[in-house]
Amino acid sequence: MSKKVPYILLLILLIWHAAVFAQDRFPRPEFETGYVYPVDQMPRQRSVAWEYIDVAVLIMALSVTTWLALKKRSRQGLVWMSVFSLAYFGFYREGCICAVGSVQNVSLALFNNSYTIPLTALLFFLIPLIFALFAGRVFCAGVCPLGAIQELTGIRPVKLPKTVESIMAAVPFIYLGLAVLFAAMESQFIICRYDPFVGIFRLDAPYTMIIFGALLLLAGVFVNRPYCRYLCPYGVLLNLFSRFSSRHLTITPAECINCRLCEDVCPYDAILPSNDSGGKEEPAKPRKRFYVYLLLVPVFAAAGGIILNNLAPALATMHNDVRLAREIRLEKETGVEAVSKAAVAFKEAGKTEEELFANELTIVSRFKKASPWAGVFLGLSLGLAMVSLTTTRRRTGYVPHQGKCYSCGRCFKFCPVQPEKTV
Amino acid sequence: MKEGKNKYQSRREFVRRAGKVLVIAPLVALPFALGKKTNASGYVWQIDPMKCTQCGQCKTNCVLTPSASKCVHAYVMCGYCDLCGGYLRQGAKTISTGAENQLCPTGAITRSFVEEPYFQYTIDEDLCDGCAKCVLGCVNFGNGSLYMQIKQDLCVDCNDCSIARTCPSQAISRVPAAQQYIPKDKSRG
Repeated sequence: MSKKVPYILLLILLIWHAAVFAQDRFPRPEFETGYVYPVDQMPRQRSVAWEYIDVAVLIMALSVTTWLALKKRSRQGLVWMSVFSLAYFGFYREGCICAVGSVQNVSLALFNNSYTIPLTALLFFLIPLIFALFAGRVFCAGVCPLGAIQELTGIRPVKLPKTVESIMAAVPFIYLGLAVLFAAMESQFIICRYDPFVGIFRLDAPYTMIIFGALLLLAGVFVNRPYCRYLCPYGVLLNLFSRFSSRHLTITPAECINCRLCEDVCPYDAILPSNDSGGKEEPAKPRKRFYVYLLLVPVFAAAGGIILNNLAPALATMHNDVRLAREIRLEKETGVEAVSKAAVAFKEAGKTEEELFANELTIVSRFKKASPWAGVFLGLSLGLAMVSLTTTRRRTGYVPHQGKCYSCGRCFKFCPVQPEKTV
Repeated sequence: MKEGKNKYQSRREFVRRAGKVLVIAPLVALPFALGKKTNASGYVWQIDPMKCTQCGQCKTNCVLTPSASKCVHAYVMCGYCDLCGGYLRQGAKTISTGAENQLCPTGAITRSFVEEPYFQYTIDEDLCDGCAKCVLGCVNFGNGSLYMQIKQDLCVDCNDCSIARTCPSQAISRVPAAQQYIPKDKSRG
């Protein structure tokens, strides 16, 4: 026992020391030989100028893609554009920051005063949307590196049943709603955390990330662009803006002759068939359905709000402080020992539990204020999607669905119509 | 009938236009809303050495291998001790540069004689993997001159830093890009 005493004393001393005097336990030496302190290396980051170059490249790439999709009508050109974007934004610039993730920066800046958004992030958010407003989803067609890697690997397109397609199409809305919520609440950037391809771009990532990315790519060989269709939260915004775009890629360069050759070629189910010759439905019935669904929209919105309001305490778990506070409380109340590294660090740091619980309360109440709005957004989207199901539009030719079409140009070569000679 | 169809189409046109205004409005409003909350140079991620608890997760949780966070040395704070808590393993039999005595698993710290009785300890950045064992040793038995920093030339500047997310002491945060590092030695800026 007496052998151990000095060690125990030393341990106590060390712990005491560590807490009280973090520095200068040992006197600094006074050198006599003229020793000079070496300067340790604190190299700066790669120049910020690169980020502005990225913005310039983004605008250029978007312009070229727009020209290729709308004017030149060249699928090959678009593929090369994808290769370029994959190489530059993906492998060279390593996929960060991208327009998809910038949604979160915007959200964080909008709802928090301590964060100011980098100008480049704001531009990356705005520019693709502006292009979508004028030319459709050209960003998806050949500029987004995430889209590009999937576009290039999607070689055996298979069509999914319509039901699966429409159910899965709801996922991006949920993803967007939650991503904006969590970013606004300063909890996490889930879009970045679950970015499937950034690990491949960096050729270095946790294995889970690589597996997720590889699985998506593998699935994407058959179900083209799985991330874009069933996950991409930024795609929701692009979809919306593209629906109102003033110009958009067309399947046929001139007048559609309803030859039906393009009917089945779109892997994204984004070609709307001509329905002029189809039998007319009784106008009263769909109209009634339309009004019923329109009245249901506020109901859906309210339901969404209520559901997410009830989920707020659970959603707040995404915040580290809340998780820690709950762990500590559990330890206090039921004696389940808090063993996470955060709990250990908290106990070492000597902060009071009251502080922690007060902080938890603030965060949870913020979540309670914000999450109903995310629910309202989800309910509204669902409601409006149902309303749009009740309306039919008369189309005299085959046209792309402006929201769903990625402007990939796969349909070009199936159209036998020659462009009108302008000479 | 023809008139009715026209009316129908103009209503459609109206809905379309209203929708367009509805989506453009927030797009136009956004730059104004964020006008004062924009900065030109952005942020970098950095560790606050005063909050860091040397848990060692920097090594494993960075998206890069080896991690971009590494040990740096504030020489001015160092005691230049012979018996160095950051260099020598606990319970080391002799004070020497023998591999069995070293705390650093990758041998990234070099010990060199300065003058009696002082020794200089230098971190070889290429070997350092950011495990923070030496930092813990130096904080526990030393002046705390060794500390963790994210090397900005290596950091890929993720939008969401994956070590920051899991840092138990929340020591990692965005700092203005002008700052880059949080040196422990206050004489450096």
